[in-house]
Amino acid sequence: MNEIVREFLLETHENLAQLDLDLVTLEKEPTERETLARVFRTLHTVKGTAGFLGLPKLQTVSHAAENLLSRLRAGELAFQGDIASTLLTVVDAVRAMLASIEATENEGSVEYGELIQSLERLTRENAGPVGVKPAAPPRAEPPPPSVRSGPQEQQTAAMAALPSAAGQSLSLEPADGAEPRAAAVSDSSIRVDVGLLNKLMNLVGELVLARNQIMQCSAAQGDDGFFGPVQRLNQLTTELQAGVMKTRMQPIGNIWAKFPRLVRDISVACNKKVRLEMEGKETELDRSIIESIRDPLTHLVRNAIDHGIETPADREARGKLPEGRLSLRAFHEGGKVIIEISDDGCGIDPVRVRDKAIAVKLITPEQAARMSDREIINLIFMPGFSTAERVSNFSGRGVGMDVVRTNIEKVGGSVDVDSRLGEGTTVKMKIPLTLAIIPALTVTSDGDRYAIPQVSLLELVRLEGEQGQHGIEDIHGAPVYRLRGSLLPIVYLKEQLQLDHSTGANSGLNIVVLQADERQFGLVVDEIHDTEEIVVKPLQKQLKGIGLFAGATIMGDGKVALILDVLGLAQRAHVVSEVRERSTPSKTGTSGIIVGDRQTVLVCAARDGSRIGIPLSLVARLEEFPSSSLERVGSNHVVQYRDEILPLIDVARALRQCDRAAAGSHGADRDDAGEINDLSSVQVVVYAVPNGHVGLVVREIVDVVEEAIVTRARARRAGVLYTAVIQGRVTEFIDIEKIVRTVDPELFEYPTPA
Amino acid sequence: MADEHQYCTFFLDGHYFGIDVLKVQEIIRFQQMTRVPLAPPVVRGLINLRGQIVMGIDLRRRLGLKDRPADLLPVNVVVQTDDGAVSLLVDEIGDVVEVSEKHFEPPPQTLRASARELVRGAYKLPERLLLILDTDRAVEMDNGRGRDK
Repeated sequence: MNEIVREFLLETHENLAQLDLDLVTLEKEPTERETLARVFRTLHTVKGTAGFLGLPKLQTVSHAAENLLSRLRAGELAFQGDIASTLLTVVDAVRAMLASIEATENEGSVEYGELIQSLERLTRENAGPVGVKPAAPPRAEPPPPSVRSGPQEQQTAAMAALPSAAGQSLSLEPADGAEPRAAAVSDSSIRVDVGLLNKLMNLVGELVLARNQIMQCSAAQGDDGFFGPVQRLNQLTTELQAGVMKTRMQPIGNIWAKFPRLVRDISVACNKKVRLEMEGKETELDRSIIESIRDPLTHLVRNAIDHGIETPADREARGKLPEGRLSLRAFHEGGKVIIEISDDGCGIDPVRVRDKAIAVKLITPEQAARMSDREIINLIFMPGFSTAERVSNFSGRGVGMDVVRTNIEKVGGSVDVDSRLGEGTTVKMKIPLTLAIIPALTVTSDGDRYAIPQVSLLELVRLEGEQGQHGIEDIHGAPVYRLRGSLLPIVYLKEQLQLDHSTGANSGLNIVVLQADERQFGLVVDEIHDTEEIVVKPLQKQLKGIGLFAGATIMGDGKVALILDVLGLAQRAHVVSEVRERSTPSKTGTSGIIVGDRQTVLVCAARDGSRIGIPLSLVARLEEFPSSSLERVGSNHVVQYRDEILPLIDVARALRQCDRAAAGSHGADRDDAGEINDLSSVQVVVYAVPNGHVGLVVREIVDVVEEAIVTRARARRAGVLYTAVIQGRVTEFIDIEKIVRTVDPELFEYPTPA
Repeated sequence: MADEHQYCTFFLDGHYFGIDVLKVQEIIRFQQMTRVPLAPPVVRGLINLRGQIVMGIDLRRRLGLKDRPADLLPVNVVVQTDDGAVSLLVDEIGDVVEVSEKHFEPPPQTLRASARELVRGAYKLPERLLLILDTDRAVEMDNGRGRDK
């Protein structure tokens, strides 16, 4: 393909995106003369170049459109009715021809006769609507004094060839008003091949590594004369890195630009009225990330209009403005980019989602009963889920939302949905800024260094001497550490990597507290070094299968270090459940009980002697309060605890209450009132509820067990989910939410977001 | 197919092997490697090849030969594969030889089963047999073949 054609394609593609935007604007604001002029100029340029390059179809179509536009511009026609749609069709036709030219170097075999006819029909239609101002009879107008150059002469020639009545009104003003502006833009920016940018980025990555090496050498040598230049090199490298990273950054507006058109098309197709608001267009993201969120975003926008926003009639019936609002918002927060897509439509009905999820067997009715509305709504991200009652052209095929989530997670982001029935839906994506260079903590285990991405890092704990020996409590193979009172599962890196265990147990213990998938755990390593910027390099596919390494990097001394995949590590160590499972409601639900899977369970004895099990993951803390600190509020006990008033619930008593409630009797339970504080102290399992914490009072904490839970019997009484055998003894898994609700329903109300 | 082929040759436990010279990116002396825990045993570690991270595959282990004595440092033969560069660890490097197609024969039956899969055939050179290694197969190990020692 020759250079001129390539230039033309490149430029026109860009212009077409702008054209889409402009036409949609014009449809709303038909009087925007400047926008109209820009549309006119763009099509005019397309036509001129097409003539020059010998592309007759393209020329004819753009010419017909230009005729129509020139009448619009002259004020002889009003921008209304079919005009926008027809012109948008022209844009599509031009786009199709360009694609064909790009692929086959000719315009393709599609004929656009009909389109041209409808353009001509619109052009001929008399200026009735504008009426007020008597339109100058176009035929009478003499051709303007011709001071125009090449393409325009062609255009007049082409015009003469077409039997268009309004042709002559074309040039009431010079069409080239914006030429100097365009020139200025093209002077100050150039197009660069993405491959080149990627290469530059790689080189800068190398430079960062070389810099790190030189810094280490310089520090080792202690030569003052060397020190200055090294500092300078350091500084320059950092600046260069930032600069090159910036060249790869693109404003998110680049992918938003097509949304006005998309929104218009979908809302017209769905007979809805939608106003699109965009905020934070200039928020920048790495190019590769932008590419990978393009489709998910489009999908969400479609969903919002198709399923979210109601038809104008419905909206009015509900007391809303007939025009729906769809807003896109992007901003930086905590080193990530947050993108919100919200609409003020009908929202997601948790009941429908639940029924559907049960119908397609994503969850069981029992699981559903234990889930909060928010959890239920987030089920829409499960594969094979769609609540749309009808499948439309645009959405509702049930393959969308899980793909959205997969794509977002692929670039290290996360997605979450919040919806209020009747008020609207907000989908929130969190996306990392870049993937190439990240800060990481280096640790050593058995002589090898490993890098831990800083995003997963919470804190570092060092246990000295005595503490190192006894700080970690090992109960039936499930080591835990009491970090400020809460139980932190401990994972030994050496054990997970199957390295030599024997070299340890020296002077102390280093624990790296990590966060994976909302769950915390402590990773024991031999040594902790400092944090540095590392360049993430992918691993060969043969090594990806191990699942513990996110990649590799080159350290300051030139050696390779592996980057730990914190989530993979947590999964391998059973701190969090398997990767795909983790989205299933049973695991994230308030019950947190995973039947048949290995998990860590806190076993306690209730005050009536029965053994009860609580998944350790649900336990916030274990506390012991002296009986004297207990206070009474109404019929319940509370204790002041970390600036909160912690309501205490006696598990044994609550279970009896549940039982009675299930049996239909509501008699107060007076027989054991007050017995909670008959010992000198009470053992309390602190459990987080949406409004704070509750304390479950038990007689004693028996054990922490990691076991595959096998249901042996269905629950015998209300308030118990099921019964299992743990360590050879019958243990009841209690339904904490139900128990808490029985005692105080308000504790489980979710706070209203501000 | 041309009659003459050029092969980069090397030694492994006394055997004489060759790789198509066009597949070989470079040959470098022994480098400290970063081991990869939990990887198959044939993966000896990762090396830093001018900023590129390259996996080192021990050809002795891959072919089911006995491990190299500790005092013998391997040489890296870096080859290009579909999945980027991979380094093959060999005992000693030989010459680049040019051999004629007419001396070629399919793998001899005497070869061990694990090695036979990786050897495309042998050239009968006057002094010894030159075994031609299938590099693509040598670096792939997803079906557990790489685990046999």
